[in-house]
Amino acid sequence: MENKEIKFLKLQQIIDAHEGKISHLIAILQESQAEYGYLPKEVLTYIATAMGISPATVLGVATFYAQFSLIPKGKYVIRVCDGTACHVRGSEPIMMGLRKELSLSADKPTSDDLMFTLETVSCLGACGLAPVVVADEEVHGQMTPDGILEVVKKLASAASEN
Amino acid sequence: MSGKITINGQLIDFTDEKNILAVARNAGIDIPTLCYHPELTIVGACRLCVVEIERMGIQASCSTAPADGMVVYTNSEKVNKVRKMVLELLLANHDRECTTCDSSGACKLQKYASDYGIKRLRYPNRAQMLPLDVSSLSVVRDPNKCILCGLCVRVCKEKQGIGVWDFKNRGSRTEIVAAMDQPLSESACINCGQCIAVCPCGALTSNSSAIQEVWSAIRDPKKTVVCQIAPAPRAALGEEFDLGSVEVTGKIVSALRKVGFDKVFDTVFTADMTTIEESNEFLGRLVKGENLPLFTSCCPGWVKYAEQFHPELLNNLSSCRSPQQMFGSLLKKKYAKDLGVAPEDLFVVSIMPCTAKKYEAKRPEFMTEGSYDVDAVLTTVETARLFREAGIIFKNLEDSRFDQPMEQATGSGVLFGATGGVMESVVRYVAGKLLNAEGRVDVEFTRGMEDTKIASINVGDNKLTLAVANGLAAAEALIEKIQSGELNVHAVEIMACPGGCVGGGGQPFQNNSEHRLARAKEIYNIDSKLVLHKAQDNEDLDKIFEKYWNGCCNHETHHDLHTHYQAKKRIAGNEIVIKDGEGPEITVCLGEGCLKKGSLAIVEKLANLPVKVKGVFCLESCGEGISVKVNNEILHVTEENVIDSIKAKCGCSCGCCS
Ligand code: SF4
Ligand code: SF4
Ligand code: SF4
Ligand code: FES
Ligand code: FES
Repeated sequence: MENKEIKFLKLQQIIDAHEGKISHLIAILQESQAEYGYLPKEVLTYIATAMGISPATVLGVATFYAQFSLIPKGKYVIRVCDGTACHVRGSEPIMMGLRKELSLSADKPTSDDLMFTLETVSCLGACGLAPVVVADEEVHGQMTPDGILEVVKKLASAASEN
Repeated sequence: MSGKITINGQLIDFTDEKNILAVARNAGIDIPTLCYHPELTIVGACRLCVVEIERMGIQASCSTAPADGMVVYTNSEKVNKVRKMVLELLLANHDRECTTCDSSGACKLQKYASDYGIKRLRYPNRAQMLPLDVSSLSVVRDPNKCILCGLCVRVCKEKQGIGVWDFKNRGSRTEIVAAMDQPLSESACINCGQCIAVCPCGALTSNSSAIQEVWSAIRDPKKTVVCQIAPAPRAALGEEFDLGSVEVTGKIVSALRKVGFDKVFDTVFTADMTTIEESNEFLGRLVKGENLPLFTSCCPGWVKYAEQFHPELLNNLSSCRSPQQMFGSLLKKKYAKDLGVAPEDLFVVSIMPCTAKKYEAKRPEFMTEGSYDVDAVLTTVETARLFREAGIIFKNLEDSRFDQPMEQATGSGVLFGATGGVMESVVRYVAGKLLNAEGRVDVEFTRGMEDTKIASINVGDNKLTLAVANGLAAAEALIEKIQSGELNVHAVEIMACPGGCVGGGGQPFQNNSEHRLARAKEIYNIDSKLVLHKAQDNEDLDKIFEKYWNGCCNHETHHDLHTHYQAKKRIAGNEIVIKDGEGPEITVCLGEGCLKKGSLAIVEKLANLPVKVKGVFCLESCGEGISVKVNNEILHVTEENVIDSIKAKCGCSCGCCS
């Protein structure tokens, strides 16, 4: 098992701040994810144990909402806007191109080398620039399938340099 | 609310029925259902139960309340069209290998497909076959057969309060998983099989590998094969052969002889044994005033639950082995010698209403000279299958009697098959012993299917408050009351299954309240016909106690017929590294018990030292203090003394903790 340090004290503070209320489970998961970047199973097991609810219930909630991730995210997160404007102006070919290039799918958003995570978002509020892609926190407007692959290549080579 | 509704042109009164479905069924009109169970919450997921309501259109009858004046059609053209479509969609996602399915014949999906004449499917088959989960000794899960009705999720949560199963993911990727998507055997499952009892279509079945093991033993000339039969199957096995819930004990004995068993015994014999050992244990505790209330220990589902969720109660559990294991121990340790066979050549089979008994039989503490006291456990349903495979025409069998020298059985032992039965047996015994009560001592409050029953009774000068619960959610509520001091009781009987063992997870389909009630009625019926009433009336048992142990309730019976319990973790999993370090490795328990006592404060203390800190969800040694493992030894520490305790045990001189 990989060696990741889990800060249970922080986790317990989050749970305590919500008084361990089961109705706050989603918020507790959100804050825990903010702390760790994702929700490792150990964290879910801890939350279940500390709150006295069944592990299956916690897993069920954590896998129901798309915002939660049970696997670590890649170094670079690429978010493709699929709001109406971006969709109409061709966000889908961009997504397809990225998936093909990075060997990803709807069920597998993160590349095996933990370099890239691919997400869709509903609207980035930049419809004037549609289609919009945010790669590593940088906004790229009027993207094309070829254009985004250039961006990906740059990120990949930047990563291999340092 | 009450009123009248019209169903298929027939005017029907309704009173307090919660849904149209119940009104229709009460009036003798059937509506197919898959995700509905009258004793569980309603989710309205499968849409098979649709009906057409004037001015409301197509609605799910399980989740629509009746209203005065409603006009309902349960079999209109539109309704049947929707139902066929629902069935086709479900069947497309279901592995339709009926010939190899343990549920064939008892499967609702199969029945409805035939009822609605589904001949071809317009939708493509499921894409991919997934592996089965065969990790559990009791329950097998075939995800390829699951239609996501969610009944298993609800029964385990609502009736057992455990919640082993839940949905994972959503949309087309939805699946049912155990715990953190783990093999069932690594979860908190107590093996009760109630999820099997509600699964409509063979996605959950009992682990029936024992059938083959029984055949092999019977065909092995070296083995002497003996059998014991629990109380509950005798009132239910007939259902498998269209006889209804009537006593078929004599027929089962004949059938077993035909199959080739060398001896056939009655678990009721050791139920009487349990009553005597447990009642005396109870009386002893009453005198000493310790470890009260006494909790019964015959139900392996409840025992595992207590070990996982209530380690603080383990001293209150009766130390008596269950009747199944008392018989196993008696046969392997004593009877085998009489026959002149080695324990491993005596193959002991038990016929149980119960899937948890399969797990109990494989507990390592129940062995004699390296062989399990009970070698194979067949459920009621599996036993019927064994008989069919042997070509036995069950209906026409003559009755046969149990074998000597353990033939006698009392009515009190038969009661173990229904909720409240163990308690009633104890009361009968105690009344007989303390008051020299002759004749019948019938106890009223223990009877009936309510999930919790509490009463105070006078036995001589003693006023005893006794409680009976079935279903672990009800048991948990009762335990909370006892622990909070709201309720003061002397003894508690707990059975994991609704209605007790008559509703066990290995009993025939339909395993619902109507059938449980009918079986329990038959259990009381058998009791009322038996002359032997109280455990102490069993003279064969007296002789056996005398012959094998020089009497009952002594040091020797304690060794052979009693057991001990061990705290168990609820979820298996790796240790997790909390903090790496050069120094020695220290594991801190993060199980619920230790967390509540403050194991995080200890983690915090240790995190400041150059040691390696690991965490684990229960070190299975719950007791005083917080459990910490150093150098392969478990210490019970407090926040104050943790460093000193570790120093004393660690044995290294690295100086990390100074
Ligand atoms: S066997 Fe009982 S405890 Fe185990 S998952 Fe099924 S219902 Fe839950
Ligand atoms: S396993 Fe059975 S009871 Fe559970 S959801 Fe699937 S079909 Fe329903
Ligand atoms: S109540 Fe009976 S059938 Fe159910 S788990 Fe307990 S012993 Fe088995
Ligand atoms: S039985 Fe009514 S929706 Fe499933
Ligand atoms: S909770 Fe079981 S040893 Fe800590």
